[in-house]
Amino acid sequence: MAYSNKVIDHFHNPRNVGTLDKAKKNVGTGLVGAPECGDVMRLQIEVDEATGVIQDAKFKTFGCGSAIASSSLATEWLKGKSVDDALKIDNMDIVEELALPPVKIHCSVLAEDAIKAAIADYKMKNGVAVEATATA
Amino acid sequence: MAGRKIYLDNNATTPCDPRVVEAMVPYFFEHHGNAASRNHPFGWEAEEAVDYAREQIAKLLDADEKEIIFTSGATESDNLAIKGVYEMYSRKGNHIITVKTEHKAVLDTCNKLEKHGAEVTYLDVKYDGMIDLAELEAAIKPNTIMVAVMWANNETGVIQPMKEIGAICEKHGVLFFSDATQAVGKIKTHPREVGVHLMAFTGHKMYGPKGVGALYVSRKNPRVKVTAQMDGGGHERGMRSGTLNVPGIVGFGKAAEIAMNEMEQDAARLSKLRDKLEKGFQELEEIYINGNVNSRMPHVTNISFKHVEGEGLMMTFNQEIALSSGSACTSASLEPSYVLVALGLGDDLAHSSLRFSLGRFTSEDDVNYAIEAVKKGVNHMRDLSPIWEMYKEGVDLSKIEWAAH
Repeated sequence: MAYSNKVIDHFHNPRNVGTLDKAKKNVGTGLVGAPECGDVMRLQIEVDEATGVIQDAKFKTFGCGSAIASSSLATEWLKGKSVDDALKIDNMDIVEELALPPVKIHCSVLAEDAIKAAIADYKMKNGVAVEATATA
Repeated sequence: MAGRKIYLDNNATTPCDPRVVEAMVPYFFEHHGNAASRNHPFGWEAEEAVDYAREQIAKLLDADEKEIIFTSGATESDNLAIKGVYEMYSRKGNHIITVKTEHKAVLDTCNKLEKHGAEVTYLDVKYDGMIDLAELEAAIKPNTIMVAVMWANNETGVIQPMKEIGAICEKHGVLFFSDATQAVGKIKTHPREVGVHLMAFTGHKMYGPKGVGALYVSRKNPRVKVTAQMDGGGHERGMRSGTLNVPGIVGFGKAAEIAMNEMEQDAARLSKLRDKLEKGFQELEEIYINGNVNSRMPHVTNISFKHVEGEGLMMTFNQEIALSSGSACTSASLEPSYVLVALGLGDDLAHSSLRFSLGRFTSEDDVNYAIEAVKKGVNHMRDLSPIWEMYKEGVDLSKIEWAAH
């Protein structure tokens, strides 16, 4: 199976790899997947409390090239978006952007789950009511 | 180093030795005859070439040339052996014993037979990939007709205790079939010596061409018969119809002859290179060699790099280095290698594994280059891995409630 150039680019030059201080009130952390399934994504957002805009996003991913590319792309898209707009990111947008083949769609689903989990964590910390979403 | 291509996936297929190619070439045009044409020189030449190849292969196995049945490859040989014995010996019984780490060509064939009334026992293996001989013996029943155990495993290289298995089969009067695809031509595989009655193998795992394989079928003590699975002109003493692949068979024979002469020195050189490869990774933390290191093929190692996903790891160097991963991330199933899982590895370690299989054309330079590239890849992937970070922080990963998907 050949990867698209975009996947290869994100894989070899992943954007925004790293760790934010999860103890900070304005940092939301989402950890999704499981080592047994071969994919674990941790995605973090740091929100500007005054504006509600995501000012930084970081990720670390255990997984295949598509999983890494999906989470790398997600962090790129998250930066500068309001929390509410970030919730609108759909896994199929990631599939399209990275030209993921059908067997890799689950990687994009995981990235969407990670975004939602990070935002849910941020909202919970800040006393904003949230609907239950997948978190670890 | 752009453009460098290192092949460490010889268990998938080996390159065809140039000496083999050279031997094959005349049989495409000059001597293109059908080995079954009995009444003109084109046929005679082809038949002679097939006979010669059969001898070369029989010699490698210390067998009689009449015991070699040519097929299209190991998958067909596995099918012919298992289905052929099942049909031929149906009056004696319907029970087959095999092992969970067998190749799919054996497992799926057994699964199929279960649908047609066979009873199949799938033995577990121990943590080191070896079967438990007592368990095997205990599984034999009055209706057992065959024990099917591979000589060497394709993923781990683990070699089963063939002689001991042969003795158990002999004691209980059941046939012993072995898929020896990964062993023939690389280590000594003399079926009679260890009590194997049927043995499957193929050309393209021993520096021969693809599309040609064979089934060894014992002709005396005991005289084994299999019901043909391919009907037609009655070739191969009625056991496998179909025009013989003469160039392929000539190449297969040549590959057997070369193996016979060079196997020992190849094995000695490759086991040194394999050990060097393993040593090269020693400075990495949390790596595990899978399978019994005292009973395995000289050219294979299967290593788990913990907290790194195998397919992702391969992607760091797959433009330059070809090998295989026990992670099944490329397949739709998402299940990691069933062989490694049968060894008792957790799914996480199975997902983290790479199989290195060296070969006749692997150089020391290749191995040195691979060590550096893989180390670099592991470090890159661990820098990216959240579970590596947690492990380094002392988080007990088994206590985390993962959101399995």
